[in-house]
Amino acid sequence: MKKICLVVVGIYIHLFAAFSQTPDSVNYKTRKLKIDEINFVSSYYHQDGNNSAVTGGIGIESLHDYANILEVKLSKYDKYKYKHEWDANIGIDYYTSASSDNIDPNTVSSPSHEDVRFYPSLTHTITNEKKGLSVGLTGSYSIESDYQSRGIAANFSTTSHDKSREFSAKAQAYLDEVRIILPVELRTATTGGLYGAPNEHDYPWLHRNSYSSSFTLSQIVNQRFQMMVLFDLVYQEGFLSLPFHRIYFKDNSETTEHLPSTRFKIPIGVRANYFLGDQFIIRAYYRYYQDDWGLVAHTADIETPIKITPFFSISPFYRFYTQKGIRYFAPYREHLESDEYYSSNYDLSSFNSHFFGVGFRTMPPKGVLGIPQITMFELRYGHYITTNTLYADVITLNVRFK
Amino acid sequence: MILKNSRTPIVIIATIIAFYSCAPVREYQKSRLNDGEMELSSRQVQKTEQNFQSYREGASGANGGKTGGGCGCN
Repeated sequence: MKKICLVVVGIYIHLFAAFSQTPDSVNYKTRKLKIDEINFVSSYYHQDGNNSAVTGGIGIESLHDYANILEVKLSKYDKYKYKHEWDANIGIDYYTSASSDNIDPNTVSSPSHEDVRFYPSLTHTITNEKKGLSVGLTGSYSIESDYQSRGIAANFSTTSHDKSREFSAKAQAYLDEVRIILPVELRTATTGGLYGAPNEHDYPWLHRNSYSSSFTLSQIVNQRFQMMVLFDLVYQEGFLSLPFHRIYFKDNSETTEHLPSTRFKIPIGVRANYFLGDQFIIRAYYRYYQDDWGLVAHTADIETPIKITPFFSISPFYRFYTQKGIRYFAPYREHLESDEYYSSNYDLSSFNSHFFGVGFRTMPPKGVLGIPQITMFELRYGHYITTNTLYADVITLNVRFK
Repeated sequence: MILKNSRTPIVIIATIIAFYSCAPVREYQKSRLNDGEMELSSRQVQKTEQNFQSYREGASGANGGKTGGGCGCN
């Protein structure tokens, strides 16, 4: 684990060495640290359905999530004329989940009934604009009551001389831990959470690590058309189930979800944007996904921003998603005790989903409502439905300050 | 494994053709490409949507966002 982190840092240092040169004393110009932009993003998400994995694939899935993210982007030039950029993010989610409350329905509030997730991250990028090269390093952390994550990533990108093509690569590792909170009726003196026992809240933690490499190649095709190819390789190992997902076998005996301890994922995506006439833009995206649990998925997304004025646009969008579920999924009371792996999590079953909605975006040159510090305002609403009864609504606001 | 899927080679071939049919575009010709709506990366408001989709769907990645890990999602 430590070796991989050291490799990521090593790659960063090695790439940084490519920037080495002597100070430019002739054209030296001091540049102070400045705030490029501040983004405030706030969203509200609500879902409901009848296939909660907490109750074995049946039962309500009601969930409310309030997310707030503050992003600050800073930059400065150093004496070598390299551009240094810092992107600091702080996110806080507050959510309530009726299905999670069924982990322990005897209590007023079980551990995941309501929760707060806190997730800061910091990215430092150094760019040699003359050579079109940049390297960056990201550190991230995330914590909630039953999950914590430490992430590190190094990225590199290079741009062609005419700035029409860009290639970027990123190596990333998440070192996560899952708190093993079992459904109340399955707890014993050794699992933690058994009432009256000395280890009432002494739930154990198990690791879940994710390693990925991401590659993107973007290309300007002509004055109206540009596209990007995205390719990821992802390997996960450790405890990949969730401990409070119940399984009911055919004979009505009960246990918890059990999935393989490794997973290898390959998603490939293509994004293409086309400016049609003077007012219409077509943003299209397609992704193919496959993993070694047998899950195969296709995602197709189209968004058509209409520029009502040069500074105000309306963007209707539609996304279609289809997946063939993992080979370890079966609905409520359809697994056999002899099965090696089992899950009744409908997120991993076969289904189609539709996501559609509209966004409004304004970027007036004199600032939103005449306030020059507010440079952009965006509001977006989407409705999500799946063929396995789940539906959701999400509304997101983004205000940009400068 | 992936190439066995019938649609994947078509997408790859179409992408290669598009990349090789590029015309040089000078800086002063990029007014449309530089429009905020033409950004190839996902915007902030889309990232929150990608976040809930990574929980509710089995697939993730290849969209400039999360590829797995960092949260209790799939």
